[in-house]
Amino acid sequence: MIEIIADRFTYAVILVLMMVGLYAVIATGNLVKRMVGLSIFQTSVFLLYIATAKVTGGGPAIFDYSDLAARTIPEDAIYANPLPHVLILTAIVVGVATLAMGLALVVRIREVYGTIEDDELSEIDHDDELKKGV
Amino acid sequence: MEPQFLPAAIAAHAPALLVMIPLILSAPAAMITSGRAAWVMALLGVGAALVLAAEIFLATRAEGAVLSYAMGGWEPPFGIEFRIDALNAALLLLLGSTGFLALLFAGPSVADEISRQKQSLFYSAFLICFAGLAGVASTGDAFNLFVFLEISSIATYAIIAMGWSNDRQALTASFNYLVMGTIGATFFVIGAGFIYMSTGTLNMADMGRAIAEMNGNRAVEVGFAFILVGIGLKAALFPLHQWLPNAYAYAPNFVTTFLATTATKIAFYVIIRFRYDVFSIQTGFVTNAMLWVITPLAIAGMLVASTQALFQNNVRRLFAYSSVAQVGYMMLGLGMATSLGLSAGMLHLTNHAMMKGALFMALGAFALSYGIRRIADFKGLGQVMPMTSAAFTIGALSLVGVPFTVGFISKFYLIQAALDAGWWWAVAAILISSVIAVFYVYRILVAIWVTPPNEARKASPKRVPLAIAVPLAILAGANLVFGVWAEPIVDMARAAADAAIAAGVNP
Repeated sequence: MIEIIADRFTYAVILVLMMVGLYAVIATGNLVKRMVGLSIFQTSVFLLYIATAKVTGGGPAIFDYSDLAARTIPEDAIYANPLPHVLILTAIVVGVATLAMGLALVVRIREVYGTIEDDELSEIDHDDELKKGV
Repeated sequence: MEPQFLPAAIAAHAPALLVMIPLILSAPAAMITSGRAAWVMALLGVGAALVLAAEIFLATRAEGAVLSYAMGGWEPPFGIEFRIDALNAALLLLLGSTGFLALLFAGPSVADEISRQKQSLFYSAFLICFAGLAGVASTGDAFNLFVFLEISSIATYAIIAMGWSNDRQALTASFNYLVMGTIGATFFVIGAGFIYMSTGTLNMADMGRAIAEMNGNRAVEVGFAFILVGIGLKAALFPLHQWLPNAYAYAPNFVTTFLATTATKIAFYVIIRFRYDVFSIQTGFVTNAMLWVITPLAIAGMLVASTQALFQNNVRRLFAYSSVAQVGYMMLGLGMATSLGLSAGMLHLTNHAMMKGALFMALGAFALSYGIRRIADFKGLGQVMPMTSAAFTIGALSLVGVPFTVGFISKFYLIQAALDAGWWWAVAAILISSVIAVFYVYRILVAIWVTPPNEARKASPKRVPLAIAVPLAILAGANLVFGVWAEPIVDMARAAADAAIAAGVNP
């Protein structure tokens, strides 16, 4: 059991982060904390991609231009897979946009309702509906 | 591609332009202050997209025609590919035409509901949302699909929240959608990541080839499960639909009309794409997932969501629950795993866009004239607004599946497909769900036509503006015309289903 975990230590960490994030989204009633949980959840997925890009013994895929031009790089040069890094850069931007959108909504909710606790919000919404007879 | 009616230079780049024109126009739309000018700009963007979609649709009509567009000249599978066959061409045409009709309706409706300073920003967000949906429907790259999905989703959260000036619950509805939508999109990324790790490619057609060569890989199967759950959330597949009723009920009327006709449909398309093209048709794991997970959920959705709709007093929420039930019909067609079932699902997808478009647009017209949304408020509307009420009635009858409407056509083909697969219990579920639909539609129609109007209502209402009357008449007319003359959409659905299956068999 310990060996299995030790072998896949990175994945174990990612899994724990993922569950922490998801649990925070579900368990907390505070909208800001919920956004924090969502961010942790997304970050764990970023790590998942980055972890798969690692090649044992490989560094970043950056070469000297003169080497490239002279074609002196050995054919069997080992370097990390750059594609997941690029993908995750995009995903980080998406994550930031989502976080900004979510927090903007929280600010507006605070202004309009005067609270950011989920249970109080549903109570107010429920009263609103009763008042309107919906 | 062969140019159809546009000049060759434009036709060659039609797939890219379809997404780029609305996306680029969103920037100037945000900068101008006049809401009306932004509306015209949005009309231009979506109109151009509609023309391009028609061009692409004609170009992919030949059997087996696949349009592959290499973004920036980087050849697939390394570059990002826009890959369009009869399946997504039909989706793009649907997106363009319903988007354009809904946008016509937006003019007066948005002017009424959204404050003057916010209108141009609203149209800008809408254009981004539209471009995102068009991108999801045309891309052939799994990660690119995620990015477009999030582009459209983030814009959607913004335009749903704009309903807050009418009803502050729009804010909480939008926030809940944001949380669930982000979890769904992240699940999709996890799934795409698993498949990428196993196949080493992000191009969906290339993934399909690689997976076909593997013999059962657990990581790929897990990836499929993640993608199914993630996109199922976006498609409002029961029981992942919790975000939908409130989002539809409190968003501005125009947003509900647009989302109900397009957003969940595009997500449904993504499921078809992954189920048939990335995973070829014979994959046992996928077929089992469809049979034992999707089909029971589809039937549960049809019955439970229809029943929930019965108990709603807010008409828009009632139809939102009905939308969840209709997603069940489409998923049922997909679950059958036959060509007939898939084409019935596609047919219902198109038809549902027509009926919900007409219904939500008519509700928007009622809201514009009287600002009402409860069933109790609908008393006697048939006397004061007979034309709008008639269009609403056509949409409602179509939803139930009365003969000579498109609703009947799609239920007919769905039942035929179910019988063909030997699924008599699915037929029973379709019929029971339709009977429940009769009850909830009956409540509203009685209020509109039979109950006399109260005194205040007799005062002459605001005239329904032409920009609402025309698209509403077109959608209501389409419900009747295609209900009698069904060949064009039945052929389109069949071609779409054949294209989806053919792409999976020989990628």
